[in-house]
Amino acid sequence: MRGDTGFPIRVRFSKHGKVRFISHRDIARAFERAFRIAELPLAFTLGFSPRPKVSFGLALSVGFESDAEYLDLELSTDVDVEPVAASLTAALPEGIDVTGVARIADRAPALQEAVSAVQYRFEIVVDDPEVAASRIDALLAAPDLVITRSRKGKQVVEDVRPAIRTLQPCGTTDRGVLLATELSTRPTGVRPGDLGTALGLPVGRVLRTHQWIERDGARLEPLEADPRSPATAPDGAETAGPHALQARAS
Amino acid sequence: MTTLWPAIEPLLDRVEKPARYIGMERGSQQPEHRPGRAAWLLVYPDTYEIGLPNQGLQILYEILNERDDSLAERAYAPWLDMESAMRDARVPFFSVDTHRAARDFDVVAFNLSAELVYTNVLNCLDLGGVPIRAVDRGSDDPVVIAGGHCTFNPEPLADFLDAVVIGEGEEVVAQITEAIGAWKRAGRSDREALLHELATISGVYVPSMYDVEYDGMALRSVTPRYADVPARVDKRTVADLADWPYPKHQLVPLVEVVHDRLNVEIFRGCTRGCRFCQAGMITRPVRERPEEQVRSMVVDGLKRSGYDEVALTSLSSADFSGIDGLVAGLVNEQAGTGRVALSLPSLRVDAFTVGLASEIQKVRRTGLTFAPEAGSWRLRQVINKLITEEDLYAAVDGAYSQGWRRVKLYFLTGLPTEMDADTMGIAELAKTVVEIGRKHTKAASATISVGGYVPKPHTPFQWFGQNSIAELQRKIFMLRDSLRGSKAKLKWHDPEATFVEGICSRGDRRIGRVIERVWRSGGTFQEWSEHFRLDRWTSAMEAEGLDADWYVTRHRTEDEVLPWDHIAAGLHKDFLWQDWKESLAEHGLPDCRWTPCYDCGVCTDYALEHVVASPLAPAGGSQGTGQDLSTGGAVPVQLLPTRTPVKAAT
Ligand code: SF4
Repeated sequence: MRGDTGFPIRVRFSKHGKVRFISHRDIARAFERAFRIAELPLAFTLGFSPRPKVSFGLALSVGFESDAEYLDLELSTDVDVEPVAASLTAALPEGIDVTGVARIADRAPALQEAVSAVQYRFEIVVDDPEVAASRIDALLAAPDLVITRSRKGKQVVEDVRPAIRTLQPCGTTDRGVLLATELSTRPTGVRPGDLGTALGLPVGRVLRTHQWIERDGARLEPLEADPRSPATAPDGAETAGPHALQARAS
Repeated sequence: MTTLWPAIEPLLDRVEKPARYIGMERGSQQPEHRPGRAAWLLVYPDTYEIGLPNQGLQILYEILNERDDSLAERAYAPWLDMESAMRDARVPFFSVDTHRAARDFDVVAFNLSAELVYTNVLNCLDLGGVPIRAVDRGSDDPVVIAGGHCTFNPEPLADFLDAVVIGEGEEVVAQITEAIGAWKRAGRSDREALLHELATISGVYVPSMYDVEYDGMALRSVTPRYADVPARVDKRTVADLADWPYPKHQLVPLVEVVHDRLNVEIFRGCTRGCRFCQAGMITRPVRERPEEQVRSMVVDGLKRSGYDEVALTSLSSADFSGIDGLVAGLVNEQAGTGRVALSLPSLRVDAFTVGLASEIQKVRRTGLTFAPEAGSWRLRQVINKLITEEDLYAAVDGAYSQGWRRVKLYFLTGLPTEMDADTMGIAELAKTVVEIGRKHTKAASATISVGGYVPKPHTPFQWFGQNSIAELQRKIFMLRDSLRGSKAKLKWHDPEATFVEGICSRGDRRIGRVIERVWRSGGTFQEWSEHFRLDRWTSAMEAEGLDADWYVTRHRTEDEVLPWDHIAAGLHKDFLWQDWKESLAEHGLPDCRWTPCYDCGVCTDYALEHVVASPLAPAGGSQGTGQDLSTGGAVPVQLLPTRTPVKAAT
């Protein structure tokens, strides 16, 4: 379990340019190699084939760019995290930059469960911005947005309207308009591609701008959500922050 | 012209595995194109996942980029979805490094590791806007070159290639670069003069400099058109691998590829003399890399790449002098620093090897592979793969007892003199192997992989008529029936694809037209079973008035002029003929690394020597003709000035 043997850290990274075409799995492999190149002291799982203790946040679709991707990683020693960003960036493919590293509490909830909202900025290809605007209005005014998608080989029909918190134009491009959206990840996620389909307009470039952990009415950037308290008592008993305590209790 | 990226990028949203086309691997380069540098595009004419790990291509990529007067980029055959997107958008074949069009390069050089990629070569050229036939190319067009094992019979692609490199490329690319550079400085005017000059470089074959004459179907002669063009083109061989510690920055792909690990070549060449094995014959003599260099390439490579697996590659890695010390050293060294897996592909079949394997695979003992190649001792003598049943069973017993659950066995069928009893021997071996496994674990299983044998140029079997499709099918089904219900799982290679491999493997220049027809009918990616269609080939043969059986299943005679006779791998034709006859008499031949030279021709003609650190055969090696080399023979390795050919012991 996390924190049993090591020191968890959370890493924020971006994904821009050509490298947007690699998959979530490829990113995971690139990080594993980068950890070794940067000689980070990794904590490993026990057992027959030990793996580094790494857990990734929500997957980003192939082709999307992002300012805000996250992963959690456990180290075997409590290193200074300050230089980690630069050394990982140097070891990662061009276009993947580590933009922040924070120590997190031992029992910080996993990213996949904790992140409840994501924001995107994406391009809709359209000649007339008015067309986009009126279709957005119609989409938001409708009581539901039923889409069909395949999940584990099965076709499922879902209403994703509740997951759409905001959707509005925020600029133009040479091919169309830029939209900004904030989407819930639960109970069922919705993607910019689904929105494009619903609007009947092709989606161009997509950028994930933020991911949020929402807790007690507060909206927290994942690097700041579960900080490890700077002072650790010699016997290992932490003076943990309120969120960590809450997480532990849950 | 500069980068095509803005035109390529929109296509990538619509294709499968778009990361195939982005480059950006760790170790990749973005060389600067200048008039003073000969620009090479190194092409692997299959998918990115298959082509990227190719070590030959990576070695040349580094060497050419280190020079001031050359640069190199890479390209791979686009998959069908990407090809059609490219054709629709008028995007030409491009490099993955700076995304430049193929036509922006002075040289387009193909790596040919398998015959079934030949149609892809034409497709890449055509997609690049380069005329596919060499005669149609002019001063604006790049020079089209090929290298790799298949070029030891360059004739099937002779019409499409301006020049062909025979043998190892490390040194010869410098000479080619100089010739190309001079041509470029002279305004690329006289193509014929350039080709003529290339033809005088040792190891370079320029098909258009030779006249080919036929006598009906039979080949009469291949004659140089100029006095200074050699009648026989000798292969290039680097004398000492220690001078070439490449790749220094092995490419680390962003997507999963085959052999996705650090690969360090520990030696080149093989003298075991397996008669079916072209790679072993054409890469002689044996040249080991110094142990210290292997170690530093492993350590540096792991550090640079971030890989957690390294393979020590060669044609038979357990034969490396002092392999046990090397492995133990690496295992201990790596044990402290992290979790690095070591692997030795191409293992011999014996208990020593299993010991080695268990040393390196302390965890994850999933499968272990052996290649006995033939089902009976008699047939293994014919092919000179001198593995006894005891060797195999001891190896397998060792493997299962050490915790492996699955053993993979590779066999060939359709070998010279093979009778049904030999074929059925495969099934018997398979069953016994599973039985042995069951003594150790209930979960024991075995995978039996059977490929149809394709006779290859420059081997003692180059005269042998390949088995027909029907015959191979019959043998495979016989095996399948016999193994039904057993724990041994049979896998086989499609005999129809084997047949086409046979057409290309020993084809002559006339086969070029067939390849072109197959390509024109849409036959690309023929290595991929979902895209392979035999009828494309048979109807192309018919249309060209060629009899496929004449090329594939016919036995050749001693006096026949073979299409590759003007290409020399160093092995004398009379040695090969002699060995062919020995083979038919079921006589084995010892390994000349540890027994006296039998003068196959390679070392003697090219003033080369085996570079081997130890004069003793590695423990456990049983290759010999009834000689027991298990404790190592005390035979010095260096070649004696006067040597008498040693006849195989009988
Ligand atoms: S020339 Fe002699 S020593 Fe060299 S590979 Fe041939 S048989 Fe072996």
